[in-house]
Amino acid sequence: MKRTVFKNRWLPYLLVVPQVLVTLVFFFWPAGKSLYLSLFRSPPFGGRDLFVGLDNFTALLTDAQYYDSVINSFIFAGGVTSLSVVVGLVVAGLANQKIRGLAIYRTMLLWPYGIAPAIAGIIFLFIFHPSYGVLPYFLSFVTSYEFNWLLKGWVAMALVIVATAWTHLGYNIAFFLAGLQAIPSSLLEAANVDGAGPVRRFTAIAVPLISPVTFYLVVVNMVFAFFGSFGVIHAVTRGGPGHATEIMVYKTWNDGFIGLNLGSSAAQSVILMALVIALTVLQFRFAEKRVTY
Amino acid sequence: MSTPATVARPRDFLVAVGTGEQTRRRRPFPWGTLIVHALLLVSVVVIAFPLYYCFILSTQTVDQVIEKPPLLLPSTHAIENYAEAWRKSKMGRLLVNSAIVAVSVALGKISISMLSAFAIVYFHFRGKTLVFWMIFVTLMLPVPVRILPTYEVVGNLGWINTYMGLTVPLMASATATFLFRQFYLTVPDELCEAAQLDGCGPMRFLWKFLLPLSWANIAALFVVLFIYGWNEYFWPLLVTNTADMRTVIIAIENIIPRSGTELPIWNVIMAASMMALLPPVAVIVFMQRWFVKGLIESEK
Repeated sequence: MKRTVFKNRWLPYLLVVPQVLVTLVFFFWPAGKSLYLSLFRSPPFGGRDLFVGLDNFTALLTDAQYYDSVINSFIFAGGVTSLSVVVGLVVAGLANQKIRGLAIYRTMLLWPYGIAPAIAGIIFLFIFHPSYGVLPYFLSFVTSYEFNWLLKGWVAMALVIVATAWTHLGYNIAFFLAGLQAIPSSLLEAANVDGAGPVRRFTAIAVPLISPVTFYLVVVNMVFAFFGSFGVIHAVTRGGPGHATEIMVYKTWNDGFIGLNLGSSAAQSVILMALVIALTVLQFRFAEKRVTY
Repeated sequence: MSTPATVARPRDFLVAVGTGEQTRRRRPFPWGTLIVHALLLVSVVVIAFPLYYCFILSTQTVDQVIEKPPLLLPSTHAIENYAEAWRKSKMGRLLVNSAIVAVSVALGKISISMLSAFAIVYFHFRGKTLVFWMIFVTLMLPVPVRILPTYEVVGNLGWINTYMGLTVPLMASATATFLFRQFYLTVPDELCEAAQLDGCGPMRFLWKFLLPLSWANIAALFVVLFIYGWNEYFWPLLVTNTADMRTVIIAIENIIPRSGTELPIWNVIMAASMMALLPPVAVIVFMQRWFVKGLIESEK
């Protein structure tokens, strides 16, 4: 807290007006309206809203397709997170060495963060392309299984997971590198004197010490995957084949904007809201306890 | 903000993993270093492959794209593919739109966050805690949880399909506000006292003292927010409905063939993708120091 402050009756209010206005108009009001709409059934082409209580929620919770979208979301977010966190940790461990050309390696490792998930999806769409893609071509030498993401749900899911994880990699590597560099060298030198090899020093000392960073990245990657991945689904699979890659965010948009089922879409928004609040609380609870070396 | 761990002086913190300095004289050949180089090279190649693949496809003809075995080398048809992509999707307009959105969202977020953080740190006023929590809660309200009502609000303002609609609703930023708040808290009190003794008012203090001190933070934030704005997908898709207001990221989806009967013009699609992804990637590569600083410090 500052000891010296300026004294002015109205200026501080004037200064926060732009932020508060944007927050109220585009965040609080719409979020409140989502809560309100979730309790009503709105005729799509106008007319009075009909109060239906929790009907929209019970309809969702008894809808097998909604459960599928929840399961898809967790498979997707879990897949993206584990892939990009594990690969990010290993690569950051490699790049945190005393070797020549480090700056160049780092640049070469961070840039995928700049690629939009939707564009990554389009590139991987072609890598996975059943007729012309390079991946099915090389796999055809190993197995006769048809890796066609247009027909097989799990291949489509793998496609969007790999594409999204690729764009998260730069972010994770940047954070892991920062965490690894904060480890006091004395600890690792001590282990070196005790005869621990480079791999053991990494797994037994570095990895446990940066577990707070790992936890943070797991939460943030989950949030990214849950709420920032609309683009890759919309641009590549459109939730298909069938509903195999229909994640919650995509279904919420699709039911509301395309299906014009406003009440159900609002109820789905409210469930998503609960989810993001839980994840944010988790992230900040941990931030308070963050270990500093 | 003096967090040495995250600021770019990595070598100081590097650890002698791998070689073991004290035994170097006895060791004839640094196998460890060689293995690290090899593994890093493999990582770089694997991570770069999708972009390389995108690039080589964008230089081939349609016949070469569908050739088997796949041709994994660049060809000579880059110019015609890029020209075709430019023409087919009105790329010039799309890139301008994306640039307008990315720059305005970044500058807008930085300006309003800087002002509100200044108010929160340098003034006592009724409702300060409330304002702080309101800004914090926006973290928990991403676009997907308020899709239709936000669209409705923008519609009532008459902002559908306008640059206002594309940018203003994205401008609140809790992380940017927190970053400025953190930074202002590290500025010594003496600076403000001295300024006040010299009769310096609050706005002059912000403009003449705090702003020059925070250039590094502003640059770092700008890089991260620019990338965020450029790559935003959901919001532009919602609020635009004509081709000339689309941003480049959502427009490329339109040229993907959805039915099996269309010609696979993958070379042109990849050329368009290259044009869409190069600006943010170039920003990261050329402003890497700011990028890493912005990424890591905006999460504290």
